[in-house]
Amino acid sequence: MKRAKIFTALVLALLGLAGIAAAQRAKMIQIKGSDTLVNLVQILAETYMEKNPGAALAVLGGGSSTGIAGLTNGTCEIANHSREWKQKEIDLAWEKGVKPRFFVVAVDGVSIIVNEKNPLDELKMSDVGALYRGDIKNWKAVGGPSQAVSLYGRQSNSGTYVFMQEHVLGMKNYSTDMKEMNGNAQIIEGVIQDAGGIGYVGVGYLFDESGNVRKGIRVLKISNGGAAFSPLDKAAVDSGDYPVSRPLYQATKGKPSAAAAEFIQFEISDEGQKIVEREGFFPISAAHRAANEKNLR
Amino acid sequence: MRKKRWANAKEAAIRAFFFTCGVLAILVLIGIFLTLLTTAIPAFREIHIGKFLTGKVWDPTSPEEVKYGILSMIVSSLLVTFGALVIAVPIGIGVAAYLSDVAHWRVREIVKPIVEILAGIPSVVVGFLGIVLFAPAIAKLFHIGHGLTAVNGSVLLAIMALPTIISISEDSLNAVPRAYTEASLALGASRWQTLFRVKVPAALSGIIAASMLGMGRAIGETMTVLMATGNARTFPNFPQGFLKSVRTMTANIAIELGEVPFFTTHYYALFAIGLVLFVMTFLVNLVADVILRKYQEREQ
Repeated sequence: MKRAKIFTALVLALLGLAGIAAAQRAKMIQIKGSDTLVNLVQILAETYMEKNPGAALAVLGGGSSTGIAGLTNGTCEIANHSREWKQKEIDLAWEKGVKPRFFVVAVDGVSIIVNEKNPLDELKMSDVGALYRGDIKNWKAVGGPSQAVSLYGRQSNSGTYVFMQEHVLGMKNYSTDMKEMNGNAQIIEGVIQDAGGIGYVGVGYLFDESGNVRKGIRVLKISNGGAAFSPLDKAAVDSGDYPVSRPLYQATKGKPSAAAAEFIQFEISDEGQKIVEREGFFPISAAHRAANEKNLR
Repeated sequence: MRKKRWANAKEAAIRAFFFTCGVLAILVLIGIFLTLLTTAIPAFREIHIGKFLTGKVWDPTSPEEVKYGILSMIVSSLLVTFGALVIAVPIGIGVAAYLSDVAHWRVREIVKPIVEILAGIPSVVVGFLGIVLFAPAIAKLFHIGHGLTAVNGSVLLAIMALPTIISISEDSLNAVPRAYTEASLALGASRWQTLFRVKVPAALSGIIAASMLGMGRAIGETMTVLMATGNARTFPNFPQGFLKSVRTMTANIAIELGEVPFFTTHYYALFAIGLVLFVMTFLVNLVADVILRKYQEREQ
């Protein structure tokens, strides 16, 4: 009974806080979406707010779908997304009078990792797809040791899950044997402990504090009908030669408001892109930059 | 005279207050059940209920063919829970017997509160232990690549169910009339024989009820299994499924409910899983309650 009372009091207090927060939020630029982007954009926003004391930005995660739905429903001003909008989502936005504009703010290479005991150094993109579809169940089939493949991946609410499915699996189902982990860090932990393990993680998660690739994993080179490239090779990712890479987007409702435009400008400036690199992502290419400039106008 | 009327009114008010509290608990339960029911039923406009319960593949975001089969998850939940009971019930009864009959009262005064503290460990902490401690140990023990398996979940759920099982089992062992023990000892039985042939059978319904309550706790646990069992959607065969990754009903709801578009078949289907789970835990608790009541009646 006493516990119930304390609980009620807590709930009431939280509701009150939420009310205050909601009142403040009115002036804030709300940014919502991809979990891949949330940390990066948070740091960008903090740096930006330090330099511009009047600015107020709030960055939330929740996944690309959440951000896209938020932009359409008007609960956020900028949506972070790590995949392109589905036709259904674009249609729905237009129906509601939202004409999204897209900005590429960083480039992410999804790296394919295996346990360091696995002698494999490179894989074909089609083989990665076959492994994750469950068509190949033993490493022998792709030139590795005779050992069962143990798949690690993200949960279905992750943008990376959808990206892999569209980009690497060829819009086919994941194997039901794949272990669906809570996040990039858990995938790495799993692969480090599992000699037959394979995982996909954002490049930003591969390094330890001193900037070296973490012990216990090997980052594979990936080929797509030609030479194989490593996601650690900046030039290859920048030119698009590394096949498992993707632009990371922000979307606004039509032409961004002056405040939002200023923030995006900061993100794609040299200073912003330095932060992008420091956080383990790749800076945007010249082509992306040109498209961004056009969308800002 | 006036004073008495005032006292009566006060008494009536207090009685009304407690009555409301009691009714409120029932109303909340009915409310939750009805919400669950009304949100679950629309799922079956598009999903065949037979396919829902017997389909092995759950893939609501599939780009190929959307499938809503929850049999793998039901079996996974039962598998993990069964494993947890196999571990927790013997240990639980052992500890309860030790505490009630063997331990010195000073030891009991220390051990019993500690066991009860065990119940207060947050499930996310238990799950974390599963990832960093038990999973690698299990992988080594069974020579498998990774330890994020059903048996890992079982071990953790056993830890979480133990306090319930120990506490209620010990109470029921203590409730066995002294005369039983004395008669048994007087007939020349050893303490061991008295404990396991007289007291445990006499307290059996209490022990069974304790196990059922522990089972109810285990089957509904979410965070721990979500972190520790790998969440693969594959169908676990018996018994080798224990060493495979599994996804329980609770973990699936927790993974997908945060992200699902509202008022879609997928959304309703998650509530339908919740309904199945609710019915299962309700039945387990009901059976436990009936057994416990029988046992109390017999004692009187």
